[in-house]
Amino acid sequence: MTRKLPNTIRRNGPALAAAAVLLAVWQAVCSVGLVPGYMLPSPIEVASALVKDWPALWENAQITLQEAFYGLALGVAIGFVFAVLMDAFDVLYRAFYPILVITQTIPTVAIAPLLVLWFGYEMTPKIILIILVTFFPVTVGLLDGFRAVDPDAVGLLRSMGAGRWQIFRYLKCPSALPHFFSGLRIAAAYSVVGAVISEWLGGFGGLGVYMTRVKKAYAFDKMFAVIILISVISLALMALVELAERRCMPYRHLREKS
Amino acid sequence: MEKLEVRHVSKAFDGRSVLEDVSLTLREGELVCLLGVSGGGKSTLFNIISGLLKPDAGQVFLDGEEVTGKPGKISYMLQKDLLLPYRTIVDNVALPLLLRGVSKQEARQQASALFEEFGLEGTQTLWPSQLSGGMRQRAALLRTYLFSQNVALLDEPFSALDTLTKSAVHEWYLAVMERIRLSTLFITHDIDEAILLSDRIYLLTGQPGRICDEIRITQPKPRPHDFNLTPEFLVYKRAILERL
Ligand SMILES: Nc1ncnc2c1ncn2[C@@H]1O[C@H](COP(=O)(O)OP(=O)(O)OP(=O)(O)O)[C@@H](O)[C@H]1O
Ligand SMILES: [Mg+2]
Repeated sequence: MTRKLPNTIRRNGPALAAAAVLLAVWQAVCSVGLVPGYMLPSPIEVASALVKDWPALWENAQITLQEAFYGLALGVAIGFVFAVLMDAFDVLYRAFYPILVITQTIPTVAIAPLLVLWFGYEMTPKIILIILVTFFPVTVGLLDGFRAVDPDAVGLLRSMGAGRWQIFRYLKCPSALPHFFSGLRIAAAYSVVGAVISEWLGGFGGLGVYMTRVKKAYAFDKMFAVIILISVISLALMALVELAERRCMPYRHLREKS
Repeated sequence: MEKLEVRHVSKAFDGRSVLEDVSLTLREGELVCLLGVSGGGKSTLFNIISGLLKPDAGQVFLDGEEVTGKPGKISYMLQKDLLLPYRTIVDNVALPLLLRGVSKQEARQQASALFEEFGLEGTQTLWPSQLSGGMRQRAALLRTYLFSQNVALLDEPFSALDTLTKSAVHEWYLAVMERIRLSTLFITHDIDEAILLSDRIYLLTGQPGRICDEIRITQPKPRPHDFNLTPEFLVYKRAILERL
């Protein structure tokens, strides 16, 4: 029998290898000069831009993170309230679900300038935009979760004398947790992207503003650096959600532990 | 004394009669079985007894008190154990106590005290997915017991278990029922199971469901292991088969 590699390496090995190959190809393309250096900076140049520009990047990232955090927190809270109300009152579900779906078909870049005109260049329009893009996945996730509850389980709790609130607390809410977290993961990713887009369209600080600034200067290496930073922040947020998920639902990860 | 009494219950769904004038009784310490064809309205009758459904006519009495259409008095257990995957076994089992307003700690204590009796010792902090099918059913049964100490309604409780587990669970159930003075009304499709366990069997014919006969199994308990191979057993079985 061959010796087993640690699980994480075995699972993520192919992805890491593929990423390494892509980076190598990118570096080679730049070194050989297939693409002019001012249009496509090499990975090494991008890395050095990231390091050199770090103070400015970090300062702007903090603003973006703050917006994303407030927007996400409010979006999740609003999404939760919507889901609970729409689950409790079928009329509300039928009245508002189609409208909610329609709000999601409006492109973010189209409403962001409007929000700037209405609410100015400060944080408010950004947070509103993030709320608009994050509450929906949370609401839909929770609604799916509430609706997937086994009617027999509801019957059982009712037969044991449970009222509506108790059924919500002991059955619906915890049963919807996995659905909630899949919604939250998407919402977390959207929140960063939403913050950046709204900063593009007007603001005094944040990674989006920084991006427009370096774009005007044709600083491609800095462009790439900020793009990478945004991805890393999104990934980190998603990892945080995943961590919270494992904390809240230990029973879903039993097999991996033993 | 009559633990549970169902008097002249009828129920129709969308004008289609499902139960017609069903009456039955369950006395203290008795195990009574409801045997009938699929779709005969047995589960509907249980929903009426537990108060989840209101009958079109008729009444349900528990210890002489009318409980028709009042949930929260009699619980039941289904073929699926309905243990909640996100609660540990002890928290699953203690759920009826929490619903009644008992504090979490107190509920856990009361539940834990019965774990050994129900063959569940050491499983308190496990998750439902870590138990075998037989153990899960026992946990579900303990939950039912913690809810209503003296009447259990079981809707095909053991039908998902394999034959060997099933007969072990049967034996265990009869013993535990004796010790905790439980009265049981239970539904099954399995004629052998009905004869093995019951003091009395109600036969239910379908569409609409009505009770066509009541059979008393006089063989004293505990019944010998090979009861199902005896001529008496076959006499009962033939009688039931003829009537259904
Ligand atoms: N809520 C309901 N609305 C309409 N019809 C129903 C409802 N519940 C049950 N029925 C119908 O009533 C009939 C009896 O159903 P029930 O589940 O009580 O039968 P059963 O004897 O338990 O059957 P089985 O042995 O298959 O479990 C069935 O024809 C079923 O379709
Ligand atoms: Mg049934």
